[in-house]
Amino acid sequence: MDCSHVFVSKVNRLIVAFTLFLAFFCVVPAVNAQTDTVAVTAEQHAEAAVESHAAGEGHEEEKFDPTKVIMEHVSDSHVFHIWGHLSMPLPVILYTPQGIEFFSSGHFHHGEEDYKGKYYTYRLVQPGMQAFSQDFFNRKIKVVGADGKVDDALTAGVLDFSITKNVASLFLTVFLLIVIFTSVAAAYRTRVGKSPKGLQSFLEPIIIFVRDDIARPNIGHDYAKFMPYLLTVFFFILINNLLGLIPIFPGSSNVTGNIAVTFVLSLITMVIININGNKYYWKHIFAPDVPKWMYIIMIPVELIGIVSKPFALMIRLFANITAGHIIVLSLISLIFIFKSVSIAPVSVAFVIFMDVLELLVAFLQAFIFTLLSSLFIGMAIEEHH
Amino acid sequence: MELVTPSIGLVFWTLIAFLFLLLLLKKFAWKPIMTAIHDREQFIDEALNKAELAKKEMARLTAQNEDLMKQARAERDSILKEAKTLKDSIINEAKTTAHTEGAKLIEKARIEIENQKKAALAELKNQVSTLSIDIAERVLRNQLQDKAKQEELVAGLLKDVELN
Repeated sequence: MDCSHVFVSKVNRLIVAFTLFLAFFCVVPAVNAQTDTVAVTAEQHAEAAVESHAAGEGHEEEKFDPTKVIMEHVSDSHVFHIWGHLSMPLPVILYTPQGIEFFSSGHFHHGEEDYKGKYYTYRLVQPGMQAFSQDFFNRKIKVVGADGKVDDALTAGVLDFSITKNVASLFLTVFLLIVIFTSVAAAYRTRVGKSPKGLQSFLEPIIIFVRDDIARPNIGHDYAKFMPYLLTVFFFILINNLLGLIPIFPGSSNVTGNIAVTFVLSLITMVIININGNKYYWKHIFAPDVPKWMYIIMIPVELIGIVSKPFALMIRLFANITAGHIIVLSLISLIFIFKSVSIAPVSVAFVIFMDVLELLVAFLQAFIFTLLSSLFIGMAIEEHH
Repeated sequence: MELVTPSIGLVFWTLIAFLFLLLLLKKFAWKPIMTAIHDREQFIDEALNKAELAKKEMARLTAQNEDLMKQARAERDSILKEAKTLKDSIINEAKTTAHTEGAKLIEKARIEIENQKKAALAELKNQVSTLSIDIAERVLRNQLQDKAKQEELVAGLLKDVELN
């Protein structure tokens, strides 16, 4: 393939040069660990982390652990950090065999204290802490036995339905989307037959883009039925991606970069594909046009295909968004790794570049998820003649 | 590992929140928005089609008008031509009539004149004869008054007769 056209435009050349430079930079092994969204927050977090550890382990200066800081920022949390040392405790809801527990995560004091609930005593553990051990459901709240140690057997029976940072962001997103789109719908109702105005005119091209460039070419004439899902998923991913780029309070949570969220989205896509799949779709899976003896190979492959398509959707969105966050956090962490302010301008410059890139990725990933969803739906409902 | 293990709480809340969002937006946002956009597009399409039709109709009418104009012009020309021919023929006819009529009159007048002349000549002849008879009478009378002369004449006449 002839790629010379890439170098034709001056702008393209600049972008290519910058990208190669950045790629080189990313490969440099020194950058194996790193951090967040905006310098201020990261700095304060790092300080907080350093302080809390200093408090726990005496006053000798602790080594900065970028992995820990980054993981803290990209993963879910039971407190919503607002500014400096101010954070908002979130409600903890636990399903235990005895009943439901409901209390504030503020009782844990950032994991320093155990909380004695109605049925058990609970401890909030963080990655890297001694009591931390990963289980299948990714629990961070563990049950503490009488001996003061985490009781894994009891913990296994407790399911965590807490309103975590991501859940809170999710609710905020839902609220925002409802407010935005009901107001836009109201604008359509009051301005019947007139040209769009304000927010309406900003969103209409996107809605029409989803309809004309994503749904219609991939799904075909039956596209209208899937429009609500495609539009919802597009704007849901988009607004979560964008909020994730905001480094301060209402944003900053890595919602679409959380595998649970992308799992649910791709699960819904999978359900829609398989509910709407027509006889040709099922025939293609269970009776493909191959010699009968090939069925032994083909049917399992096709069955895996049912799952692998949404699985790819899940991983793609999760990996793209999380990677973006990790790179930004890593660049910020450079300041603390080198323990020098002089590296800050470089870090900030790269962070700005990455943030702009992430802005593009935010739109791109929303687009790709919607596009592939509609493509898979289109493949499932396609009529063969 | 933490990154790639979905926590059940978040799965649960995402599912609830997303389905809630989907249902609510479907009912209160996407339906009215898509309908409105669709209706407006249809309206615009219709308006454009109508405009196109009106344009065609307009062109048709213009063509028709032009045809009519052409026809009218041709008709006018033919009428004018006809009128001109008519006028010429009328004039010619009039001229011919006038000519013949004039000729006739002249002929008549000539005949009349001829007749008058003849009559006048006849009259004149009569008068001349009468006059000459008168004159002869008078001359004779005059001559015969004198006896000698009468005898001379008679003698002369008799002489002539004898000669003959």
